[in-house]
Amino acid sequence: MNQSKCRVCREPAIIDLPRHNAHFCGEHLLQLCRRQVERAITDHDMLSPADRVLVAVSGGKDSLAVWDILLELGYRADGLYVGLGIGEYSDASHDHAVAFASDRGLTLHTVDLRDEYGYDVPTAAKVTKRVPCSACGMSKRHLFDRAAREGGYDVVVTGHNLDDEAAVLFGNTLRWDIEYLARQYPVLPARDGFPKKVKPLMRLTEREMAAWCIVRGIEYQVDECPIAVGNKHLGYKEALNAIERRSPGAKASFYLEFVAKMAPILAERGLAGHEHLGHCEECGAPTTGDTCAFCRLRARVVGHDPVPVELVLHGAARKAYLAGRDDVAPTGGSR
Amino acid sequence: MIVRLRQPTREIEVDGVHTVNQLLDRLELNRESFLVIRNGTLVPGDGRLADDDVIEIRPVVSGG
Repeated sequence: MNQSKCRVCREPAIIDLPRHNAHFCGEHLLQLCRRQVERAITDHDMLSPADRVLVAVSGGKDSLAVWDILLELGYRADGLYVGLGIGEYSDASHDHAVAFASDRGLTLHTVDLRDEYGYDVPTAAKVTKRVPCSACGMSKRHLFDRAAREGGYDVVVTGHNLDDEAAVLFGNTLRWDIEYLARQYPVLPARDGFPKKVKPLMRLTEREMAAWCIVRGIEYQVDECPIAVGNKHLGYKEALNAIERRSPGAKASFYLEFVAKMAPILAERGLAGHEHLGHCEECGAPTTGDTCAFCRLRARVVGHDPVPVELVLHGAARKAYLAGRDDVAPTGGSR
Repeated sequence: MIVRLRQPTREIEVDGVHTVNQLLDRLELNRESFLVIRNGTLVPGDGRLADDDVIEIRPVVSGG
């Protein structure tokens, strides 16, 4: 039997949120999440009711939750899933995205890197010797921008949450990377062919987003991307969660106070670095050079035989991947 | 109790803990990074656990 009560209704609680110094039942957890998203949208002028919204959908908790919340709030939102070719992980992620959309009668566009552009993320990483997450992120951004332009969408929504943004801020701050710090804002306005991009989950943690999905009965991809395991971004999150455990609310203060107090100072000083943009000779996308980064990457990788994901895993990622090959193996130990 | 862990998926048996927080402490898991689920329902930190429970400890951190 649960000991704690919901702060709002005094019914049995299902979750404790130390940063709010409170417990919540399912209904009032959902209310809290909806209100935080509404506040983010209002405070930063993210969306208007007439906007046609394109949600970048990965099949994970954050993108499915933000799509769900925006629909609940009455926005017109379609989804776009990009198939990255990361083995079984991509297959399962796609299945979750498709099931979410079809259960609710929603429009989900799908772009498959291998089928439509002749390469996938593991192959791009192997051929270019780039960090896989870098090729992945760049490819996704390009395809979301393109789909928004061609589909007539007003704004692209991503599922970046408070933990994601705090971790990026932490990394940028460790390097005092002023240009990246100046660009880190939950809204990127449309310019020169790039669509407007917004992050409505900026005020919600990933623990709250996972809880949203569980309470709402949303099945999502729980497993981590095999390539991301052990990456620097996860290390920053681990460090921030260690601080949060001792000082509840620390992550929210770190990021939200940066947005409120520091971002305006950086913007005022014009430190974000807006280069002049032309159009890519290959695909027409906005770019600073003759050819955009996506088309340059594609030109290098197309024609190479597909590389299995396990060949681009190293260190902790490889160890975790091989351990996961034995499904539900009793180990008798803790993580 | 039977405890199901993810990343990678595996099951372990844990005895002698009475609440969610005790379980997470026993396994040295940060409460900020996990949710605990019993029969499809979330259980808060001070929620009581029984020896015949089947529990899922779900990580919430993603690196993408």
